[in-house]
Amino acid sequence: MVVRALRDEGVKHIYGYPGGALLHVYDALFQQDDVQHVLVRHEQAATHMADAYARATGKAGVALVTSGPGATNAVTGIATAFTDSIPMVVITGQVMSHLIGEDAFQETDMLGISRPVVKHNFSVRNPEEIPSIIKKAFYIAETGRPGPVVVDIPKDMTTPTDRYPYEYPKSVKLRSYNPISRGHSGQIRKAVDMMLQARRPVIYSGGGVIMGDASAELTELAKMLNFPVTNTLMGLGGYPGTDRQFVGMLGMHGSYEANMAMHHADLILAIGARFDDRVTNAVDKFCPTARIVHIDIDPASISKTVRADVPIVGPSKVVLEEMIEQIKDSKKQPDAAALETWWKQIEEWRSRHGGRYETADSELMKPQQVIEMLSKVTGGDAFVCSDVGQHQMFAAQYYKFNKPNRWINSGGLGTMGFGLPAAMGVKMNFPDADVACVTGEGSIQMNIQELSTCKQYDLPVKVLCLNNQSLGMVRQWQDMNYESRHSQSYMKSLPDFVKLVEAYGHVGMKVDKYADLEGAMREAFSLKDRLVFMDIAVDPFEHVYPMQVPRGAMRDMWLSKTERT
Amino acid sequence: MRHIISVLLENEPGALSRVVGLFSQRNYNIESLTVAPTEDSTLSRLTVTTTGDDRVVEQITKQLNKLIDVVKVVDLSEGEHIERELMMIKLKANGQMRAEIKRTCDIFRGQIIDVTPNTYTVQLVGASDKLDAFIASLGNMASIMEVVRSGVSGIARGEKVLSL
Repeated sequence: MVVRALRDEGVKHIYGYPGGALLHVYDALFQQDDVQHVLVRHEQAATHMADAYARATGKAGVALVTSGPGATNAVTGIATAFTDSIPMVVITGQVMSHLIGEDAFQETDMLGISRPVVKHNFSVRNPEEIPSIIKKAFYIAETGRPGPVVVDIPKDMTTPTDRYPYEYPKSVKLRSYNPISRGHSGQIRKAVDMMLQARRPVIYSGGGVIMGDASAELTELAKMLNFPVTNTLMGLGGYPGTDRQFVGMLGMHGSYEANMAMHHADLILAIGARFDDRVTNAVDKFCPTARIVHIDIDPASISKTVRADVPIVGPSKVVLEEMIEQIKDSKKQPDAAALETWWKQIEEWRSRHGGRYETADSELMKPQQVIEMLSKVTGGDAFVCSDVGQHQMFAAQYYKFNKPNRWINSGGLGTMGFGLPAAMGVKMNFPDADVACVTGEGSIQMNIQELSTCKQYDLPVKVLCLNNQSLGMVRQWQDMNYESRHSQSYMKSLPDFVKLVEAYGHVGMKVDKYADLEGAMREAFSLKDRLVFMDIAVDPFEHVYPMQVPRGAMRDMWLSKTERT
Repeated sequence: MRHIISVLLENEPGALSRVVGLFSQRNYNIESLTVAPTEDSTLSRLTVTTTGDDRVVEQITKQLNKLIDVVKVVDLSEGEHIERELMMIKLKANGQMRAEIKRTCDIFRGQIIDVTPNTYTVQLVGASDKLDAFIASLGNMASIMEVVRSGVSGIARGEKVLSL
């Protein structure tokens, strides 16, 4: 019934790892061809693969893991998806119902363990409920503010000899769950009035534009009004990265011009973003002169950390469509003269920093150069799946994302080990696309066993390991805040990555000179049917800049090791 | 400020743990909590008293509303409402104190619901501060052996209702 329900839901791939509590389900998988199962090497990777599929397509990914350790290994992946509002259905095996609560072999209370990191979870108490619970799980995961849903199934609920009537429901209705379908027109009108009067506006958009499939509407709105656009880490690709009106990412490692524009703005239009601490810096100093319009599908995100002057609850796509209509119908025009002055100011900020970095003081390759090369070699059109750390910030700053759903990273939870399985999940579903995993020698080792899965399923992703021989982001903070006491941030016994990936049956490359980088990278991407792991030596002393000064305002930033605003 | 939040909840296993978990997870405070099924056996009514500034209480109600098992939420303290709590209190009562305790009990419209030669068990219903006042009024007169309080239940005044 589980496999049949997944098939009827239209699921093509599921990612998982078998175990005692799931043997009935795995036997059913064996006897059909509609749902393909991908065997990972660790359950965390299964959840990341499902998660990345969802990030790239907007549809819920599915992971299947057994009870006990299988389920607990999946928790990090579930939390990763939860923090970034990613739709996912995770089916966990459970011990037989009569054993629940008796500390049986491989028993854990998965409902209890997962509760704080799921949108909802279900326990199956009667086999007849399986189709309707699975339907509800997908419905809840994909609608409203998306999120992961866990379905815990005791082994005796899937006994193949027990037969029950099966009917997969076409739709579901829950009296206690009614996701909102449109914004309040009066509020939208108020917002439009403010937008048309704004003299120093900024559009600040986040992951809600990506998952809400609203990037075309966002682009149309911004073009219509000539407003500058900044994206959060989760929102990159929501607005074309090479467009003049794009001022870069904002926040802790945001661009100088984006953070300056936010600080001096008189109107902030926040769309599908949640004013989190990595964006706002000190909340009490945040954007002192701005009025705030906040569009979000989740009312709890509005006025949580920063009070909104005009809250609009609704799906970003529908709200933006209505906004565009109202502006078209309005007799008023944006204040062109004020905007011209504003743009002059922004261009001045842009020319002051503009994402520069030092290359002269060292012969070592800079990590920024590697990302810029990736952007050049792939034409800004690859899926870039990142791990967590300095390389993630460099990728966010220097890869120019022109399309949504192409930048796949663990933004909210910051899960090291996310990158490789994420790249695999994308490649599995987009076999013809260029898929790059940008990682570091720290992160990659958190899920390096998945190179084996890549071999089994022929997943020729390109791994760019920015090897600085240390946990770079930790070391940067230690340099800046702990007088360079590098406590446990060194990796003193790194493997020979080239030999290691060769042992897994893939292609390894070592690059330590900038002069060799372009050739090597082009070669890597030309090997269409091989996984290529590029071990790229980069400057171990490099820091990510700009970096906001702790407890400061948006405009308080370090611009280099020696220069502060 | 103290708030009384009333919640209509699916009467499902695990639903209560989601509510309680939300409070601890988000660092909200619970002063008292009561829960029981309503006349519709598929629904439970839950009342929680909490303290926090307006921003925190707004977040509490929003976050509660997000839980899939939660059908409706209302902050009763926003309008006219009635709150009641039940207390059973076991007191050491002997000698001439027995009469004195009985008198105090009558003043508070409490009932003595169990008697032994040395104890009284008093039942008292009212708003929480009335129960507090009763305990204070006993002063040194009687020594308290045990206190059981139900936690607050609340309902809006007038025609307003919290229902499906």
